[in-house]
Amino acid sequence: MKVTISVEHLSKVFQSQNDLEIHALHDLNLSVAENEFVCILGPSGCGKSTLLRIIAGLEKASSGSVFYNGREHTRPGKEIGMVFQSYSLMPWLNVLDNIALGLEFARIPKAERIAVAQEYLDMIGMSDFGKAFPHELSGGMQQRVAIARALANDPDVLLMDEPFGALDAYTRILMQKELLRIWEKHRKTILFVTHSVDEAVYLADRIILMSSHPGRIKEEFVVTIPRVRERSNPRYGELTAELLSLLEEG
Amino acid sequence: MHKKFLALIMPFIIPALLLIFWQYAAYQAQNVAVLPPVGRVLENFLHATDNFIGLGSIPRNIGVSLIRVLSGYTAGVLIAVPLGVLMGYSKTIQRLFETFISIFKPIPPLAWQPLALAIFGVSSIATVFNMPFGQQYVFWGNFKIAMIFMIGMGSFFPVIASVMFGVQNVRQTLIDSARVLGASEKDIFFKILIPAAAPNIINGLRMGLAIGWACLVGAEMLPGSLAGVGYLITHAYELARTDLVITGMICIGVVGALLDSIFRVIGNRYFSWESKTR
Repeated sequence: MKVTISVEHLSKVFQSQNDLEIHALHDLNLSVAENEFVCILGPSGCGKSTLLRIIAGLEKASSGSVFYNGREHTRPGKEIGMVFQSYSLMPWLNVLDNIALGLEFARIPKAERIAVAQEYLDMIGMSDFGKAFPHELSGGMQQRVAIARALANDPDVLLMDEPFGALDAYTRILMQKELLRIWEKHRKTILFVTHSVDEAVYLADRIILMSSHPGRIKEEFVVTIPRVRERSNPRYGELTAELLSLLEEG
Repeated sequence: MHKKFLALIMPFIIPALLLIFWQYAAYQAQNVAVLPPVGRVLENFLHATDNFIGLGSIPRNIGVSLIRVLSGYTAGVLIAVPLGVLMGYSKTIQRLFETFISIFKPIPPLAWQPLALAIFGVSSIATVFNMPFGQQYVFWGNFKIAMIFMIGMGSFFPVIASVMFGVQNVRQTLIDSARVLGASEKDIFFKILIPAAAPNIINGLRMGLAIGWACLVGAEMLPGSLAGVGYLITHAYELARTDLVITGMICIGVVGALLDSIFRVIGNRYFSWESKTR
């Protein structure tokens, strides 16, 4: 099994305003296999978003390192894509131009990148929305476009920072289904941060449960329930219950 | 229908009341040097193409003022926009210029008048470009460097403040999103920061032009001027032609409002996303 992302002895200390040191992450080790779907689950403030931002190269670690395909990864690049919680689309660009943005940075000619963008637009079932602007779309549609934008850039790894956190419960379930469908088709390595136990159990091959102060890994669960997972499956319920009680312990 | 009509006349109610009040006050004053009746001013506009007190027609004076303001404004904007963008982008550059700008900002453009005159004297576009004496020279001689400097000073600060604010307040998520898509630093600057800050930049350009235009009378009080709405006002005042003073004031107001509406149209047309995005 090929290791795509490996995090070694990672710590992150923030200096707060009154000179207190906040240990967001403490000596964290994690490795993610190629094409694996890993969910990082934890309460707010456990440093899971910080972890993702450090892996993306958007933030520096205080100590420890992140390796991507065996090489140290310190600055953001197109191999490791990221989807944010919300409002990450460029409001002055229409949907097609947003999806094509990564290709524009790669200096791919206009006609070619729009063709690719249209392909991904079709994939997310929004074929007719190419000329629409982000503010004209619902939150769910905006997130679908954000996912399409990340995928159109053909990254190796996709980091997702609570991408469905701002959506209503129903849209959220639809989006989870859609994400699995896309993942099964494109086979990316996905690292997905969430604080929803249900979301983690529904999506992940493996769940990393984090606890806070300082942020560290509390426990790991390999989820073997076959997909598409039914929420009525007793194993689904058991795992959910176990995770919830662990979260309650803190 | 009735509602539409009401909405249509709404903006004219206050100006109409003002005209009535003015007419009444003029009647009471019985002195055209204090307050001329509305008709006198209206007549000036009806004969706008006449030569007024040796300064030429109203459109000509407006034209001269416009060129003056636009050249000063352009000079101010050409420095303010790039500097504002750089200050918003780099903390170091911001620190470098911050104190300098906060000290100069509160100085009203009019306060620069003596210094501007001392430094630039009566040099004008005509003398700077070494034009041969003649009609061209007389025309371009109207555009004194000192005036352009004052108007530029007036435009500079609101523009630089808005541009800097706009660039600094670009949502971090947009910059991060671009970075993980593989954007270079140059891409971030030109394809993310500038377009994201564009509504604020336009807003700054709009305020800058409004203030530059408002500096007009002060700038045109400088010696050596032969035309311009501001100069028309000053000169008419000296001749106790209050009707012309008011005519000039109305011109400044109307042209200023028109210039402003150009920016409003641009803003609504190209940056409507701004008010609709959180």
